[in-house]
Amino acid sequence: MTILAANCPGCGAKIEFRWSSAVQTTCPFCKAILVRHDVDLEKVGVVGDFPADNSPIQLGTTGTYAKRPFTVVGRILYEYERGGWNEWHLRLADSASAWLSDAMSEYAVSQAVTAPDLPASASVHTGERHKWEGRDYIASTLTSAHYRGVEGELPFETWNRRDATFIDFDSNDDHFATLDYSDDTPVLYLGSYVEFSDLRMNNLRQIEGW
Amino acid sequence: MTAPDVKALTCPACGAAITLRTGAQALTVVCDSCHAVLDAKDSNLSILQKFGVKLHWTPAIPLGTKGDLKGEKFMAIGFQVRSITADGEKYSWREYTLWNPYQGYRYLSEYDGHWNDIVVAKSPPTPVPGSDPPVVEFHGEVFKHFQTAEATTDFILGEFPWQVKVGDKVQTNDYVSPPHMLSSEVTKEETTWSIGTYSSPQFIWNAFSLPGEPPSPQGVFENQPDDYGPRASALAKVFALFAALLIVFFIARQVTALRAPIFHQSYAFKSPTSDTSAFVTPVFPITGHTSNVEVTISANVANSWAYFNVSLINDQTGKAIDFGREVGYYYGSDSDGPWSEGSTEDVSYVPAVPPGNYFLRVQPEGPVSFSTTNYSIALRRDVPRLAWFLIAFVLLAAVPMFMQFREMMFESMRWKESDHPMGKTSSGTDDGDSSDDS
Repeated sequence: MTILAANCPGCGAKIEFRWSSAVQTTCPFCKAILVRHDVDLEKVGVVGDFPADNSPIQLGTTGTYAKRPFTVVGRILYEYERGGWNEWHLRLADSASAWLSDAMSEYAVSQAVTAPDLPASASVHTGERHKWEGRDYIASTLTSAHYRGVEGELPFETWNRRDATFIDFDSNDDHFATLDYSDDTPVLYLGSYVEFSDLRMNNLRQIEGW
Repeated sequence: MTAPDVKALTCPACGAAITLRTGAQALTVVCDSCHAVLDAKDSNLSILQKFGVKLHWTPAIPLGTKGDLKGEKFMAIGFQVRSITADGEKYSWREYTLWNPYQGYRYLSEYDGHWNDIVVAKSPPTPVPGSDPPVVEFHGEVFKHFQTAEATTDFILGEFPWQVKVGDKVQTNDYVSPPHMLSSEVTKEETTWSIGTYSSPQFIWNAFSLPGEPPSPQGVFENQPDDYGPRASALAKVFALFAALLIVFFIARQVTALRAPIFHQSYAFKSPTSDTSAFVTPVFPITGHTSNVEVTISANVANSWAYFNVSLINDQTGKAIDFGREVGYYYGSDSDGPWSEGSTEDVSYVPAVPPGNYFLRVQPEGPVSFSTTNYSIALRRDVPRLAWFLIAFVLLAAVPMFMQFREMMFESMRWKESDHPMGKTSSGTDDGDSSDDS
């Protein structure tokens, strides 16, 4: 397996990709946000400093979800009125992409799925029912958030985004759905809540005193 | 990346140092010194509420204490005293917020010495349609509605990953399936469900290495498991086993009992009689093992009686077993139709008669009469008796019946404080709440 590599147009450092399908990454040295054009990288901005936070997860953390090994390759930190949460971008063993969200130490894993006729954000109301992939979901919360920071490899470009709107749906069996209205076309994510210990993660951030 | 896990901040109300143990996760923090409630999201810790409560509580688990809960370390970071008011009476309980930077949050609650270990439910339960009182199903477990109330926050200490102030009110709904409890807290914004597991006070004391002995729990808590429940059912199994054995033994006895005739003779007497009318029978043998002897006395009494003083006397030892039996039979007819009372036959038993040669001494008595009373005496040995089996059965049933009663009392105490006390028909009529007119 060849490791994709290119040089950072900002500082010249060698950027190695953990995930072959990455569209955007960040330079760990000069904090440049880099967008990939085939093999070349274009610097489109600079990441700000992350606020000190308590996520025990970091880039390079490995683990297992539904018997599939994963590596954390990227991250988006969202912020909303009641705090922030991390969406850690996972590269699964088969090179598929998934998200591990860490909101106040509550963990969930989801994957984007294609579904027809996704509703426009304005038309979804709390309590509304939807059925996706054979499971019933009830719309629970609408969250308006903004991009607080990004790092690492992501499946889409974020540098041109500022705000994001999400509608969360609950099921009655620890599964959930999220409609992401960050872009013009909504994206549906289906996933399930997970226990931290069930993910059997390694290479976690060391937290002092714990 | 820097890792300032404990921010150094000061209280804008009193200037005391504020520690944020959970760093960026805290939304609300309470000043240890002046109890002002502060906005932890604000870098200046703006004051949300000044200390306004008169009463002060001390958490049994000091905040900052790390404990070992089911293999994971958790730190007590927040403490709340909350209460509900029912029938004019205030019921207070204490809640602890526990935190581990990897595992997240967990909660403990304590009411009257009863502890619960609580985690947030990741999905809501499913209501079971048409159930009254309401029933919900959660992960295959069925929970019965216990109580709906309005909970008020009376006191807070430490930090919280949500916004909280003294005086906050939420609607709470408790459902129970001992040792589990499902609770929802409903605010305008959201409904959160949590699942609690009843924990022994000693478990909490050990987990946090707390000094002394935990206060012993008072009464029966809503999701307290009945410790005797499993024992009661184990006992019921033992009872069933013994009952089955008893029945087998009873059947075996019925089949194998000899019911061997020993003696049978017919006599007659005419009253009045003198003492000299007492007589003895010829000697007859009783063989085999020691067993009971059934004595059947039949007399042709009609609206009359006959009394027999009988002695069963061992010919070798002279040892006598004395007993008196009466045979009386009355009948007639009145406005209700014909009636009868008594019997012309009397059956009695002489227990544990050893083998040997015996004879009877019989002295019949009766009312003054000119007619002759004919009677017979028949003896059989080794005759099974139903009464003994019934007595054994009742004695055997006493313990499980007591356990059943105790369990009923336990459940009655559990539900006494609920919206659905036992013995009251669950409301279809809506006098459920208004009937409590103090």
